Amino acid sequence: MSSIALLVILSIYLALLFGVAHFAEKRANSKWVNNPYVYTLSLAVYCSAWTYYGSIGVAANSGLNYLPIYIGPIIIIPVWMIVLRKIIRISKINKISSIADFISLRYGNSRFLGALVTLICIFGILPYIALQLKAIAETFHVVTKTTGDSNIFSDTTTYVAIALALFASYYGTRYVDASEQRKGIVTAVAMESVLKLFFFLLLGIYVTFFVFDGFDDIYAQASILEHFKEKNTIGGIPQAINWLFLCVLSLFAIFLLPRQFQMSVVENNRESHIKTAVWLFPLYLVLFNIFVYPVAWGGNILFEGQSVNSDTYSLLIPQLFDNQFIVVLVFLGGFSAAISMIVVSCIGLSTMLSNNLLIPYGFLGRLQSDFQETNNKKIVNIRKVGIFSLIILSYIIYRVFVLEYNLFSIGMVAFVIIAQLAPAFFGAILWKRGSKKGAITGMIIGFIFCMYTLLIPYAIGISDFDSSFITNGLFGIELLRPFQLFGIDYLEPVPQALFWSMLFNIMSYLAVSVSFTGNYRERNYAEMYVDIDQYMATNESNFIWKGTANTTDIQKVLNRFLGEERTKRALNLFRLKYQVEKIEELADARLIKFAENLLTGHIGTASAKILISSVVKEEKITLPEVMKILEESKENILINKKLTETSKELNAITAQLKKANADLILKDKQKDEFLDTISHELRTPITAIRAATEILHDNDDVPEEMKKQFLSNIITESDRLNRLITKILDLEKFDSGMQKIYVTKNNIYHTISETINQLQQLIDNKKITIDLISQKNIVKAFYDEDRITQVLNNLLSNAIKFCPNQDGTIAIFVKETEQIIEVAIEDNGKGIDENDFEAVFEKFYQSSNQNIRKPVGSGLGLAICKKIIEHHNGRIWAENSVNSGARITFTIPKYSRLNQKNT
Amino acid sequence: MKKILIVDDEPNIVMSLEYTFKKNNFEVFIARDGQEALDILKNALPDIIILDVMMPNVDGYNTLEQIKSDVRLEHTKVIFLSAKNKEKDIERGLALGADLYMTKPFSVKKLVEQVNEIIK
Repeated sequence: MSSIALLVILSIYLALLFGVAHFAEKRANSKWVNNPYVYTLSLAVYCSAWTYYGSIGVAANSGLNYLPIYIGPIIIIPVWMIVLRKIIRISKINKISSIADFISLRYGNSRFLGALVTLICIFGILPYIALQLKAIAETFHVVTKTTGDSNIFSDTTTYVAIALALFASYYGTRYVDASEQRKGIVTAVAMESVLKLFFFLLLGIYVTFFVFDGFDDIYAQASILEHFKEKNTIGGIPQAINWLFLCVLSLFAIFLLPRQFQMSVVENNRESHIKTAVWLFPLYLVLFNIFVYPVAWGGNILFEGQSVNSDTYSLLIPQLFDNQFIVVLVFLGGFSAAISMIVVSCIGLSTMLSNNLLIPYGFLGRLQSDFQETNNKKIVNIRKVGIFSLIILSYIIYRVFVLEYNLFSIGMVAFVIIAQLAPAFFGAILWKRGSKKGAITGMIIGFIFCMYTLLIPYAIGISDFDSSFITNGLFGIELLRPFQLFGIDYLEPVPQALFWSMLFNIMSYLAVSVSFTGNYRERNYAEMYVDIDQYMATNESNFIWKGTANTTDIQKVLNRFLGEERTKRALNLFRLKYQVEKIEELADARLIKFAENLLTGHIGTASAKILISSVVKEEKITLPEVMKILEESKENILINKKLTETSKELNAITAQLKKANADLILKDKQKDEFLDTISHELRTPITAIRAATEILHDNDDVPEEMKKQFLSNIITESDRLNRLITKILDLEKFDSGMQKIYVTKNNIYHTISETINQLQQLIDNKKITIDLISQKNIVKAFYDEDRITQVLNNLLSNAIKFCPNQDGTIAIFVKETEQIIEVAIEDNGKGIDENDFEAVFEKFYQSSNQNIRKPVGSGLGLAICKKIIEHHNGRIWAENSVNSGARITFTIPKYSRLNQKNT
Repeated sequence: MKKILIVDDEPNIVMSLEYTFKKNNFEVFIARDGQEALDILKNALPDIIILDVMMPNVDGYNTLEQIKSDVRLEHTKVIFLSAKNKEKDIERGLALGADLYMTKPFSVKKLVEQVNEIIK
């Protein structure tokens, strides 16, 4: 394939990448961008070009050695989940934006430690980036069948490096606050992770099933090759120890590599995403490794005896069969793996470079402008230049050192260097006594061992394979041979370097930490790091500080980096969080920590501390004092929590009591009104009876006709009195639960007809037309017929009463469904006031004015109807019909669970 | 001949009152609620009104308020005759300017005596 064609494909691919990043930035809140899968896939930045090409090379040359790099992370995942959650919590609370920030803050905002971590990272990662560039360059030449060009202007890698530098510096520095998330980059990396895995699997399937005849075929053919057996067994204890060390090494890498820290901690926007990562990430690694072996040995079979670079088998095999399509896809996959690693690493490194090295050691003085824009522009520019120069620097390393080593060994060297951060890092979250001096000593000594056992011999080895330094040791002392230090000769160089450097690193960290206790600030952060869960809710309160500081001075510093607007908002937030009315003129410890946090994202922890210290006057606190204050604050938190809980309970109880009281008052009032109404209703007929009786008693001269009329009134009113008493007792029976309902199977059509017959006299008197509308004349259901008759009688009587004196009509509708029957009774009277639809079913329902009488009869009828229907598990309601008359509807279930009468 | 207006929604009570006052030489007017009473009062000028409290449409208290706001009825006496016999009901009735508050059930004889007393 021609270089031009491949370059065009590459350009299209890069444009697509820009597109995705751009889309994700635009839709930063969409669920396509914020989900646990994107998060997990972005972690797969772990699989760089080294994985993509290098593992095949290792598998082809030395068999199973490629595996520990993936076994390590897979084994550690369950623990990783717990530890990572802790790290994320600490980082979010303190606005940490890099591993250098993380370590230096824990050891008392140490400027030196931050810078040291940064340098170690740059030292380790730059060659690693160079390695990615090398992979891109080499594979480019393989695909285009060209050879490397010594002229940098015609070397395509140059332009790739520049394009990457531009991409990373544009999307990596969108926010001044480095602890902000870069959704664009994350999404682009996640997409690349999908593509690289997909292309790699595609290649694996192609090689295994199309070039060969499945796994068995490859195994059969490979097993007759030379060295097959020795390459594919773990040879005894020394080999096993080598394996173990490699596993440990990769396990450190998953925590400590700047790109992993960037993706897993800084770019994490929800803790719960870890839950998905915990199974998906190992699965991803397993999938990636399924075909490494078949491809490697397939290559060994196909290219036996030829001198080809086994790192590029994945390209050479399809090329051998002239399958250009697969070749390009594999190339793009490797390209993806390389550039995600480069971009993410550079973002991480440049943040460290600016926040932990350049700004605290020099540029801080230049950020004294009073204008926020100017300062922020400077910070972003530092980072942009940082990213750009890191990539270019890597490019130079790649060009100058013409990396002769294979991908695997360079990757391993990087891992060992980064591993020097491990004691200080894990000590930070596990061991409260770990001190700044210990961390610094450990790191430096570990790094020196690294240099001696790995970096220097490797650097020499490039030009001088038979260096006497390597074969005979320093000054010819055999014990000091770098690859067999102190006479240990069964370890391979990388595990050996890891062993010695870690041993001395850990020992010095422990020894120095125990011998020289750190200052109060270290101890303060140690408490907060190790017991983060306890301190989480009240972060700023746990910061211990003594001295004097003016709030206005702190505000001025904040203004310079956040701008006045944001500073004001931030301080408002602070007030809300701690429920302070007004921020005091003299700042307290909480405000100082709060301000430091605000600045940390912009300029790193060390600079934040320096800036804040410059405007405040701090007093020394002794270590015991710190411990005492922390203890007290812990206790206070506990007591406060208990108090809050108790007061919440009390409030709840008070509310319940209040409600109960209000209910009682209401009930009492209702009872009073009920008694009032009952006595009024009882007195009315008695009054009529008494008056008529008195007249008859006192007057002998009452005409016969009048006398008869008075006597008849007495009878009517006595009946009325009796009916009233019956209804009151009825209702009381329902209320007290004494009323029983006995259901039998009945035909509602029949019950209605019977009720109409009972009332026929009244209907005829008022000349009312009555219609019974039903689809069938047998509609059966289980109910208490006497009680439902009572309901129908009441509803019909009301309807008759409210029908106009002329042209009165009553319609009765019967409907049934699977479960219920429904009866609606409609008149053409005045209807019911909308506000009274529910009130009409209350006992002695009165409209808003209590002294207005409603001509509904006793005022108990509908209340009793409602009780009866409810006892049938049915519903009753009032509305107005289309012709604005009243319409009362009730339903009862067809099959009731109520007692059935024994017949 | 003295004029009396009886306002009550219970026809059987009204019947007894009508008989009694006619027998005692009153000219009797009858209204079944407050509204009817006010309508009648537009044309008639009774000496005394017997007023129930709990009635449809316009209640007794409301009716009395309107009577009191009418200058023509300045000298008309009013007796409440109600089954509402709570202290606060009675107080309210008297506060509105009724000359007497009598509770139901009542003695016909005593009512006639009181009416005569009041319009003397």
